[in-house]
Amino acid sequence: MLTSILIAFISAVFINNFVVVKFLGICPFLGVSRNIKTAAGMGVAVIFVMTFASSATWAVQEFLLKPLELEYLQTIAFILVIAALVQLVEMVLQKTSQALYKALGVYLPLITTNCAVLGVCILNLEIQGNARFLMSTLNGAFSGVGFTLAIVLFAGIRERLETADIPKCLEGFPISLISASLVSLAFFGFKGLFQGLM
Amino acid sequence: MRLLKIFKNGIIDENPTFRLVLGTCPTLAITTSAVNGIGMGLATTAVLIGSNVVISLLRKFIPNKVRIPAFVTVIAGFVTIVQMLLKAYVPALDKALGIYIPLIVVNCIIMARAESYASKNPVLDSAVDGLGMGIGFTVAITLIGAVREILGNGSIFNVPLFGESASPALAMILPPGGFLVFGLAIGLVNLLTNRQVHAAGCGAHEAGCDACPANCGFAAEEKGGQE
Repeated sequence: MLTSILIAFISAVFINNFVVVKFLGICPFLGVSRNIKTAAGMGVAVIFVMTFASSATWAVQEFLLKPLELEYLQTIAFILVIAALVQLVEMVLQKTSQALYKALGVYLPLITTNCAVLGVCILNLEIQGNARFLMSTLNGAFSGVGFTLAIVLFAGIRERLETADIPKCLEGFPISLISASLVSLAFFGFKGLFQGLM
Repeated sequence: MRLLKIFKNGIIDENPTFRLVLGTCPTLAITTSAVNGIGMGLATTAVLIGSNVVISLLRKFIPNKVRIPAFVTVIAGFVTIVQMLLKAYVPALDKALGIYIPLIVVNCIIMARAESYASKNPVLDSAVDGLGMGIGFTVAITLIGAVREILGNGSIFNVPLFGESASPALAMILPPGGFLVFGLAIGLVNLLTNRQVHAAGCGAHEAGCDACPANCGFAAEEKGGQE
């Protein structure tokens, strides 16, 4: 059990990183990565929402869609669950923890349509075995950690880019994408990690 | 004439991929071949036209406060239709595009057009806007797909170009190549048109981030910076 959790962690964070390998959540990855502080804030908010969304959509799938044979409504059901969940998390945070709300508040509304969140919920459906609830939730959390790792690393690079001398036509988006390409290449270095572990 | 202008706007002036830089996830993820680009582009176009028409028809009935969930529901409905059609008629494409089909729901192009265009304009205009934006997106990702396929696989539309002995640069169809080609493509468009995408990307759009509840996150960054 512990081994499979460890493997899930390494796989989600390094080998199949959501952002740079699976291309999910690119918009916030490019948008909120101008400095490390905001990147970290966004990352924590995403971990939060991804974890809860994974649990919630698992419940919706098992207790609502499957018994009623409405699996084809998955996409609609999941996105509505995520939207409602984000709203809920926002309200709960506002009432219970002002500090946390202040730190994460601005990012929460943006997360509703972060494709990484819907993506992890759909990918969770492929998980087999009898500990699916646990593994889905953990997969959500780990994928969020992977997202955070990528976005914080990338923010570090972009802080340096601010002062770099770049050809005019490449300023802004193009150079960010080219740097992202290098980050992605770096993550390829983790590819062989599994052979070493097993 | 007016409709033609709306149509052209989506393809050239406000090309969603090169100008507005919206919908980056599918742009990067599925452009490993030109065929995938066309498939994804057409699927997105279908959803875009459908959602634009319905949202335009409902624009006087949807209360402002709940408009985002309402839009999402409409869009998700069309995505489900497209998903089922693809599964039934082109299973190979459905397999190739995989998870990115349901993820059309959260493609910010669609949400941005719903919010900034369809919810304010009559039905016919909105339909043409959807078509123009969709074709613009299709052309852009097909081009990116073609470049990556030629460089990374040595073929175009699955037709081999260089013969047996050539060894293509595999990295181009892997994720790093996606970022690289997309970045250089935007740079090239900037160079040719002598214009620059606003440093913040979405800012190129006059309606700005308010038009993109979707998420690109630029708004959050600005707010975060002010604190």
